[in-house]
Amino acid sequence: MRAFEVIDGGMLTTVQDLGRFGFQRYGVPTSGALDQFSLRAANRLVGNAEGAACLEMTLVGPRLRFLVPATVSLTGADLGARLDGRPVPLWESIVARPGEVLSFVGPKDGVRAYLAVAGGLDVPEVLGSRSTYTRSRLGGLDGRALRTGDVLSVARDRPVVLGGALRLADRERPVYGHAHRLRVVLGPQDDRFTAEGIGTFFGSSYEVSPQSDRMGCRLTGPAIQHARGADIVSDGTAFGAVQVAGDGVPIVLLADRGTAGGYTKIATVIGPDIPRLAQAAPGDTVTFGAVTLEEAYEAVRQEDRVLASISPPRPATADASRLRKVAAVVAAVAAVPKAG
Amino acid sequence: MTAAAPRYLAAGEAALVVEFGEAIDPAINRRVHDLLLAIEAARVPGVRDLVPTYRSLLVSYDPRQSTFDTLRAAIASLTDRPAGTGRTTSRIVEIPTAYGGEFGPDLAFVAAHNNLTEADVVSIHTGTDYLVYMMGFSPGFTYLGGMSERIAAPRLKTPRTAIPAGSVGIAQQQTGIYPVESPGGWQLIGRTPVSLFDPSRVPPVVVEAGDYLRFRSVPSEDYRTISRAIRDGSWSLTIREMTT
Repeated sequence: MRAFEVIDGGMLTTVQDLGRFGFQRYGVPTSGALDQFSLRAANRLVGNAEGAACLEMTLVGPRLRFLVPATVSLTGADLGARLDGRPVPLWESIVARPGEVLSFVGPKDGVRAYLAVAGGLDVPEVLGSRSTYTRSRLGGLDGRALRTGDVLSVARDRPVVLGGALRLADRERPVYGHAHRLRVVLGPQDDRFTAEGIGTFFGSSYEVSPQSDRMGCRLTGPAIQHARGADIVSDGTAFGAVQVAGDGVPIVLLADRGTAGGYTKIATVIGPDIPRLAQAAPGDTVTFGAVTLEEAYEAVRQEDRVLASISPPRPATADASRLRKVAAVVAAVAAVPKAG
Repeated sequence: MTAAAPRYLAAGEAALVVEFGEAIDPAINRRVHDLLLAIEAARVPGVRDLVPTYRSLLVSYDPRQSTFDTLRAAIASLTDRPAGTGRTTSRIVEIPTAYGGEFGPDLAFVAAHNNLTEADVVSIHTGTDYLVYMMGFSPGFTYLGGMSERIAAPRLKTPRTAIPAGSVGIAQQQTGIYPVESPGGWQLIGRTPVSLFDPSRVPPVVVEAGDYLRFRSVPSEDYRTISRAIRDGSWSLTIREMTT
């Protein structure tokens, strides 16, 4: 079913989900949302599966006219969203009516915003994903960014308007600002750097370069010293890998990164902190701090708990009766005599 | 002989690298592909994706389902198996290629650069089974090993802005095929009508890492005949099995 038409595509608006897995061995990048927390939240807010396809909108948002009533949500960057001129609250579900126009007056905080529509955006799956990889014109809407005249559909036969509104608690909403502290796990090639080089990496403040894109976030700042050259025999690249080429300047590899590369990688930004980087604008500062794998796993669990907090409010009576049932089961289990 | 145990390197909390060495070496590469097959056959829990390279395997995993330590133990039990339990045959995929003329505008340069005739270059280029060490950095691109240095040639000083899909090129001691139209600076010696990357197919490629690739010279008129036959589905690749 047709959901909205594109009046203006904005700067770079693409369809993304959580990425394309299983084909990196053939050189196909994963692509997918750069800020996966915001995409997952947007989907939960409209009752979708966490990995449903959304729009990723960059700095200058699009202008979209709704063709049917729809429950939608906006998350991630505050790009100044308006629905028929009225400010739109972020991080909660809202209802758009046919004919209403979603527009953006300009970025206030962050770089990338996500729009989820109940039902999920319906573009053909290519190699198991709806994510757009523009460089190879793969996935999404004809493998490209949205432009005037495009019409996007949702995977439903009739309009989906949810009964109650969902929201992410205020205290859980990220504020991006312009200084980003990123947690990293050292490696895989940290042994290719001098102690001084690793000291530079953790002790310096780097600036986000305007040349950053979905492939990687380029940084400028103090050069990181290698122990024995920057070149390695090509090796796989993880989402968030901090690659340091011969010039000593780090690049954090993102969703559209090449599947393999021949430069040393000093560390890897942990998954829960990649959204911070996705929201970093040119000129923002970035610093790095080391964490252990255990701390990184705990950060993943913490992020999941925040996302799980987005759920429909249950009527109090139902809650009470469910609690009574649980209490009865607990009592029954406790009453069973233990063997031996 | 027991090969050295691999190194296990963290690549963040959602991937690890199993590193068998730091060289471009068919024996090291073989271990990478054998491990990939073993992990898939064992259906190791939590694994999301596998990226084989010349000398390492990147294992992406879901940190909600597994951890570095759990995976390292699971993978170590697979790599500890004695040699010879991996695959015993390799595929050789034949790639029909029209050399020279409009399809290979730099064949004359490559010949002159090496004091050879064009026919010599074609004969040397088609005389080897090339190991597909890995694929990447872009969709369908093959990193091939084994080209004779007798036909090596430098990259173009000024890269071309658009190279047709299927173009076969040489850059220094490497040879390869451009899977999709793209800019590039390799010396173009021929072109194949076979589509190396097609996202509407699963798998989207016709050769995979660990396979061998053999170029077969076809007359330029056959390029169009084969193209048509591929389009109407009446043509199929020649694939041989080789004991390894």
